[in-house]
Amino acid sequence: MSLSEDDVRHIAKLAAIAISDEEIPVIQGQLNDIFASIEKLQEVSTRGVTPTSHVHGVTNISREDVIQDSLSIEALQKNAPDFRNGSFVVPKIIG
Amino acid sequence: MKMTTPDSNSMCALSIMQMRDGLLSGMFTSETLVQAHLDRIEETNKLFNSFITIDSEGALRVAKDADLAIKTKGEKTPILTGIPVGIKDLIVTENIRTTAGSKILENFIPPYDATTIKKLREAGAVIIGKLNLDEFGMGSSNEQSAYGCVRNPWDTERVSGGSSGGSAVAVSIGQVPISLGTDTGGSIRQPASLSGVVGIRPTYGRVSRYGGIAYASSLDQIGTFGRSVEDTAISLQVISGVDPKDSTSMAVNVPDYLSELRASKGKGLKGIRVGVPREFFVDGMSPDVRTNIENSLKTLEKLGATLVEISLPHMEYSLAVYYIVAPAEASSNLARYDGVKYGYRTNKPASLSEMYAKTRAEGFGAEVKRRILIGTYVLSAGYYDAYYKKAQAARTLITNDFKLAFNNSCDVIAGPVSPTTAFKIGEKTTSPLEMYLADIFTIPVNLAGLPGLSVPSGFDSKKLPIGLQLIGPAFSESLLFRVGQEFSDAVEFPLNEKAMAGAVS
Repeated sequence: MSLSEDDVRHIAKLAAIAISDEEIPVIQGQLNDIFASIEKLQEVSTRGVTPTSHVHGVTNISREDVIQDSLSIEALQKNAPDFRNGSFVVPKIIG
Repeated sequence: MKMTTPDSNSMCALSIMQMRDGLLSGMFTSETLVQAHLDRIEETNKLFNSFITIDSEGALRVAKDADLAIKTKGEKTPILTGIPVGIKDLIVTENIRTTAGSKILENFIPPYDATTIKKLREAGAVIIGKLNLDEFGMGSSNEQSAYGCVRNPWDTERVSGGSSGGSAVAVSIGQVPISLGTDTGGSIRQPASLSGVVGIRPTYGRVSRYGGIAYASSLDQIGTFGRSVEDTAISLQVISGVDPKDSTSMAVNVPDYLSELRASKGKGLKGIRVGVPREFFVDGMSPDVRTNIENSLKTLEKLGATLVEISLPHMEYSLAVYYIVAPAEASSNLARYDGVKYGYRTNKPASLSEMYAKTRAEGFGAEVKRRILIGTYVLSAGYYDAYYKKAQAARTLITNDFKLAFNNSCDVIAGPVSPTTAFKIGEKTTSPLEMYLADIFTIPVNLAGLPGLSVPSGFDSKKLPIGLQLIGPAFSESLLFRVGQEFSDAVEFPLNEKAMAGAVS
């Protein structure tokens, strides 16, 4: 399989990463090289094989539903790019 | 052990137990010991670039507390009391900047400690600072760091290996005696091998990943570096164990690695069956590495071990599986860097979607973007079954190959860590695919969730270090340390005298 320039644009949009028109052919070439090597996987038969989730077979771990300590708003806001009146501030979403 | 009071330089070459003896006997204080290491960092960091952030003030404060504790409690103080450690900058440290080697976290000051950091602090360790790495752990040469590459201590024109390049080099040149790293596809073992130190990637679930910045959650593990197997084992002991905050960590008893190592020291390897996978000796390995590994196997045999040829038939699919699973998980894990709650945000975005896209475009480096794009694609509609699910099934086959080998044929597996020794800075940066091949012998271990130890095994013709990789069944770190120590004692790999004496510039 091979990705077109439009495929690269589409993936970048899904990944929410802005890429410039100049970058596209470079990224396209590199991704196609990588995908060509990944194609090797299609050689191996995996019929009836259970896909790995936790490598040692651990499944759901549960605990009592009790309130635990969490970080304070004061601690969390220190790293925020824009924090006002107890809220994280972002550009307007709904006009 | 009798020692004369060491000067500042030789203090930085001591083992953990020598440091502890010196502290407990009052030969030197933790403050002196920490200051000696800070001085070493001051002298060497400009060239090697192994530390991104140095917390001198915090370190000296903890050192003073340690001196007080040693005065009052002596031998009852925990094992790392007053001893300096370095931390890969992918593990969060409360109030010490943590960048993940990325511009996107340039000013991030974590409000909490990772579990491994909490455990180090409880063991009395003095955290000196944060070590350089490939951005988010994605790389094999430390050239993908937003804070510059790390130089190899044996040849400063060459790479340190990666992604935990800073962690390996800092230990090699005496900036710290031990350090923490992370290993998702070889990021502890490969830089350990290229820089000539010992590194352990423990079993998946042995060490809590809470507070380790996630790259590929089903493959990531935190582990340790040291100048000897013993130092590496002592530090792994401290950070191991199940953690309610990481539900993938496992409640498996943590042995006393140090006592077991001391009990087995010098007793050889009689009765140990060492599996040698024929798939490890195919094309692509440099002739010097091949010769060294063949000699290393002979050394194991001389120590009493039996060599057994084994086969890992699905190993050839490891790279393909890894470059689906790891980017897929990365694309999901790194979705959180959106400029909203922490980290970098682009300047004056016109809309929310523009804020996301520009923040990520400006904040992430090329390799990180590449892996996010690969992962986004393989998880996108219509491709999930063909790529991700298929890869996870092939992963089961790779894991089963190892299980079969350990059940039927051998106790440990031995082979190379890396197909080549350290390459030149800039040599592989134009071809991402070529760089990926650097991890061909380490990746299968991550896919199978097994422990792997890298032990220095000699030099190539250019005097660059080579490492032997020892792989064991899940939770067999003790056995790997035992084999690694006997091997290491037989090989007598030297300390990097020039770098340790501060003579490299």
